[in-house]
Formats: sequence, C-alpha cells, structure tokens
Amino acid sequence: MILAEITPTPTWYLLLAAVLFALGTVGLLIRRNPLVMFMCIELMLNAVNLSFVAFSVGLDDINGQTAVFFVLVVAAAEVVVGLGIIVAILRRRPGANADDISMMRG
Amino acid sequence: MELVVFVAAAAMVLGGALGVILRPHPVHAALSLVLTLFGIAVLFVAQQANFLAVVQVIVYAGAIVVLFLFVIMLLGVDRTDDIRVEPFKVQRPVAIIIGLAIVGLVGAAVLTGAGEDSTAITGERSVGGSLSEGGPDINQLAESLFSDYVFAFEVTSILLIVAVMATVILARRPFRIDPPEESGRQDDASGADEVRSR
Repeated sequence: MILAEITPTPTWYLLLAAVLFALGTVGLLIRRNPLVMFMCIELMLNAVNLSFVAFSVGLDDINGQTAVFFVLVVAAAEVVVGLGIIVAILRRRPGANADDISMMRG
Repeated sequence: MELVVFVAAAAMVLGGALGVILRPHPVHAALSLVLTLFGIAVLFVAQQANFLAVVQVIVYAGAIVVLFLFVIMLLGVDRTDDIRVEPFKVQRPVAIIIGLAIVGLVGAAVLTGAGEDSTAITGERSVGGSLSEGGPDINQLAESLFSDYVFAFEVTSILLIVAVMATVILARRPFRIDPPEESGRQDDASGADEVRSR
C-alpha cells in the first residue's frame, strides 16, 4: 500500500490555505449580499489561521499558534462590529446590497 | 491514515467554501461556512493543535455562525439572492482571474521556497520555544500567551470592550430629537426624516 506511506507535509496545508484564501477573495468580489461578503472574509481569516498553524508545525515554534489565538479574538470583535453596522444599514434600507450602500452616507 | 484525514478535511473545507460562494440563500451559505470551519478544526487536530481546534469549534462554529444566523433571522433577509443578475459585466471574470492569480502566486512562492530539508517553510526555527519538546500544546500556548504576549493579551481585552460598546451604540434605535407634539406619530416622523436626509 503506497498511499499509506504518504503523510501530509506543512506544504500541503499551505497550498490548501492558498486555495481557501483565493475562494474567499472571489466570493467577496462577486457576492452582493453584505452578510455573505462577511462570511467570505471569515473564509479568508480561516485560511490565514490554517497557514499560521502549518508554519508553527513546520518551524517547530509555538508562536504561530499564539498568533492564531489573537486572530480568533480580533475576528470575533470584527464580526461583532461589522454585524452591528449591517444591522444599522439594513434597518434603514431593507434589502440593501453592496451597490446600494456605496455612498457611505445615510 | 493521515492522508485520508487530510483529504477528507480538505474536501470539507473546499466544499464548504464553494457553498458559501455559490449558494444563493444566505442561510445555506452560513451552514456551508460551518462545514468549512469544522474542516479547519479537523486540520488543526491533524497538526496536533488540539486547543486551537477546540477554540475554533467553540468560537467560530459556536458563536460567530450563530451570530450570523441570528442577524439573518433578525433582519428578515432570509430570502434567495438572485445571483444570476450581474449588473457589472466584467466583475466575475476579473474576480476569477484575481483568485487564480492568488493561487498561482502563493502556490509558486510555497513550492519554490524549498530549503535544504526539502520543506517549503524557511526561517528561523523554534524562536519562541520548541513545539515538539515542551509538552502539551495548551501548556506551551498558555506560557507564551501569559509571558511573552501578556501586553497584547491585555490590549485584546480593551479591544473587546470597545467593540461591544460600539455595537451597542450602532445597533440601537436612532436617537431622534423630535418636538414633543410629534412623539405620538413616530412612523411619520421617521419617514419625514428619511425624506429630508435624501
């Protein structure tokens, strides 16, 4: 059994993270619903977390995992503020998409 | 065995990501996001980052996705977007080109960065402490967090308080200064406000 001999190296995880980051970017560019755009930002943040852990394992260093911890906290704060902004916008204009709110004024 | 875990988790991650992008319904997109986040947690476990996997499931799949679903339900925007409409014709081809460029550039950087030990990752090894020799990852993470990064940890608490206060101010009803006689018909007043602001 040849396949059982192959173990994934950190390079595989980095390539997977690159693909996930690109998918998040594409979704952010093509979707117009602000909530779905926010989910795509979460995809990009998770890709970065995955590459942080891959570097942490590859370089045998704990600091990469500490960075993931801070990314998680900042992502939580970002989601809270971003969803607050989205609630404030959509309460004023129900059904608004990214094109409707391009003016940055009420 | 590790290969099977990696392939299955990678399929979960990429399938969930495609679901987020392609499903027209926001609730379906949020549930696809859960699939991606669990796949990431499985990949964390496969790399012996057990504590981060637990935090990933609790914070992301538990809290953040529930917050997304809560906002979708609260605002009543749980209807299908028409993703066939494309107001700006070149946007999707350009977005796909940008995505392929990111994959190509990052993939080339990863694959050409091979060092003498034939891994793509180069740099100083074990600067903040050896991961493989220092015991369980949660102990090492706690030691790193509360010694080297204790200032950043405290600043994080300020960040969270500021974020919560900002959200309370953003999401409450707009503060209006109305004459007292108009306070009985608030709907008309808000309508007039909106007309005036345009």
